[in-house]
Amino acid sequence: MSVDLATVKRVARLARIAVTEDEANRMVGELNGILGFVEQLSEVDVAGVEPMTSVTPMDMRRRADAVTDGDKAADIVANAPLTDRNFFLVPKVVE
Amino acid sequence: MFEETMTELASLTIAEAREKLKARDITSVELTQAYLDAIETANAVFNAYVAVTPDQALAMAKASDARRASGTVGGLEGIPLGIKDLFATLDVHTQAASHILDGFKPKYESTVTQNLWDDGAVMLGKLNMDEFAMGSSNETSFYGPVINPWKAEGSNQQLVPGGSSGGSAAAVAAHLCAGATATDTGGSIRQPAAFTGTVGIKPTYGRCSRWGTVAFASSLDQAGPIARDVRDAAIMLRSMASVDAKDTTSVDLPVPDYEASLGQSLKGMKIGIPKEYRVEGMPEEIEKLWSQGIQWLKDAGAEIVDISLPHTKYALPAYYIVAPAEASSNLARYDGVRYGLRVDGNDILEMYEKTRAAGFGTEVKRRIMIGTYVLSAGYYDAYYLQAQKVRTLIKRDFETVFHAGVDAILTPATPSSAFGVADESLAADPVKMYLNDIFTVTVNMAGLPGIAVPAGLDHKGLPLGLQLIGKPFEEETLFRIAHVIEQAAGKFTPTKWW
Repeated sequence: MSVDLATVKRVARLARIAVTEDEANRMVGELNGILGFVEQLSEVDVAGVEPMTSVTPMDMRRRADAVTDGDKAADIVANAPLTDRNFFLVPKVVE
Repeated sequence: MFEETMTELASLTIAEAREKLKARDITSVELTQAYLDAIETANAVFNAYVAVTPDQALAMAKASDARRASGTVGGLEGIPLGIKDLFATLDVHTQAASHILDGFKPKYESTVTQNLWDDGAVMLGKLNMDEFAMGSSNETSFYGPVINPWKAEGSNQQLVPGGSSGGSAAAVAAHLCAGATATDTGGSIRQPAAFTGTVGIKPTYGRCSRWGTVAFASSLDQAGPIARDVRDAAIMLRSMASVDAKDTTSVDLPVPDYEASLGQSLKGMKIGIPKEYRVEGMPEEIEKLWSQGIQWLKDAGAEIVDISLPHTKYALPAYYIVAPAEASSNLARYDGVRYGLRVDGNDILEMYEKTRAAGFGTEVKRRIMIGTYVLSAGYYDAYYLQAQKVRTLIKRDFETVFHAGVDAILTPATPSSAFGVADESLAADPVKMYLNDIFTVTVNMAGLPGIAVPAGLDHKGLPLGLQLIGKPFEEETLFRIAHVIEQAAGKFTPTKWW
């Protein structure tokens, strides 16, 4: 499988990365290089093989359903580029 | 103190410094000052640190000396360490060497670094790395490349320290810290260790908590130390490793005293030599180094057996699906809203797109794009699912040989010694750069522990490493065998030119 310019632009949109025409053109070659490299996986016989979901077999640990953290709104917004009274500010999304 | 004495202090291993601190020959403040002076003199040359924290370092050293005076001594008491920029450190620069985390100073501490401070260690600063740990040369950093303290004989060419933990490896090799934290997703501890004549261990997945470590590929990422020698790596890992309620993939197993395994005999041990690691085009001297390593282990009483890991060649392509897929998901959080860089746009979508376009470097964008593509509708089964099935087969290969009685596997660590900064052929072909991890990436795919230990110099006088791969949570076996190699090969220090 290989990608064309339209696919690269569509994927960039999905990834929320603005790309210029030049960048998109360059990415077509690079992504096809990588996809060409990974293509060899299709020759592996995986009939009856389970996909890996956890590299070490382990049971998920549980803990009591209790509030153990919180009351740190000021810490949470401390690194935000734009805030107001412990809210994150973003451009208007609802007219 | 005279300059010579300061240099001597910085050349002590962690184990040696520990003895001198214990005997009260030196204080942690003196040791820490020696490193701060070394950083002041040499960091401009190597670009190993992206942030130095002298005030905090000296305050921590002073507190350590006070603890020692009162009789409380942790496993790393008073030892000055460098911390990879991937670990969150309270109120201190934490950017994964990326522009998109501009100005980020977390309000929390990663579990691994907290463990180190709890054991008495001192933080010198944050170490350079490939952006978001994506790279094998430390050249994708927003802060520019790190320079390897090693140079080829008779050459002035600047070499890379490897990556992604290039700052960690260079700082340890150049004596700008006593030891360093690092992380390894596909080889990012072991490859830079091999390129700088240092020791690096990637423990079993789950041995160290991932909490507070900036995520790249969550099913592969694991923290570990880079140190001057095997003993120092053993000392550091004991402090770094722990179970953690904040990371459900961390394991609840006791952390052994890894140092105690050093010096134990290899008699009765079975070491596997995988034929698939004899790759086409491998330099003859890597082959020679490998044979030498086999001989050393034989001499130490180990039994050598030929083994086969048939899916080895598929590990790297499977990695370049799994890792970018997980990265594209993990890095979705950088959107200009909660932390870091923000570039304004006419609407929220444009703000996201402009922020991410300006904040991520070329290699990170490339991997996000690949990851987004292989996870997108219609391609998921062909790429991602197929890769995860191949991953099961890679792990099964290892299980089969371990089940047959093999205790550990010996391989080369890298297919070459350190290469030049700004290498044109590597810059032109991303896949060629990826091939650096050909011997290390299988270990991450199977979640196993792996250690890189220096084993010799090539014809240019540059360090080369061997890798040992072990069973899950049998890091002690790796330290034990690596120590035998170290005893036979000796240690390697770059000639000081800076």
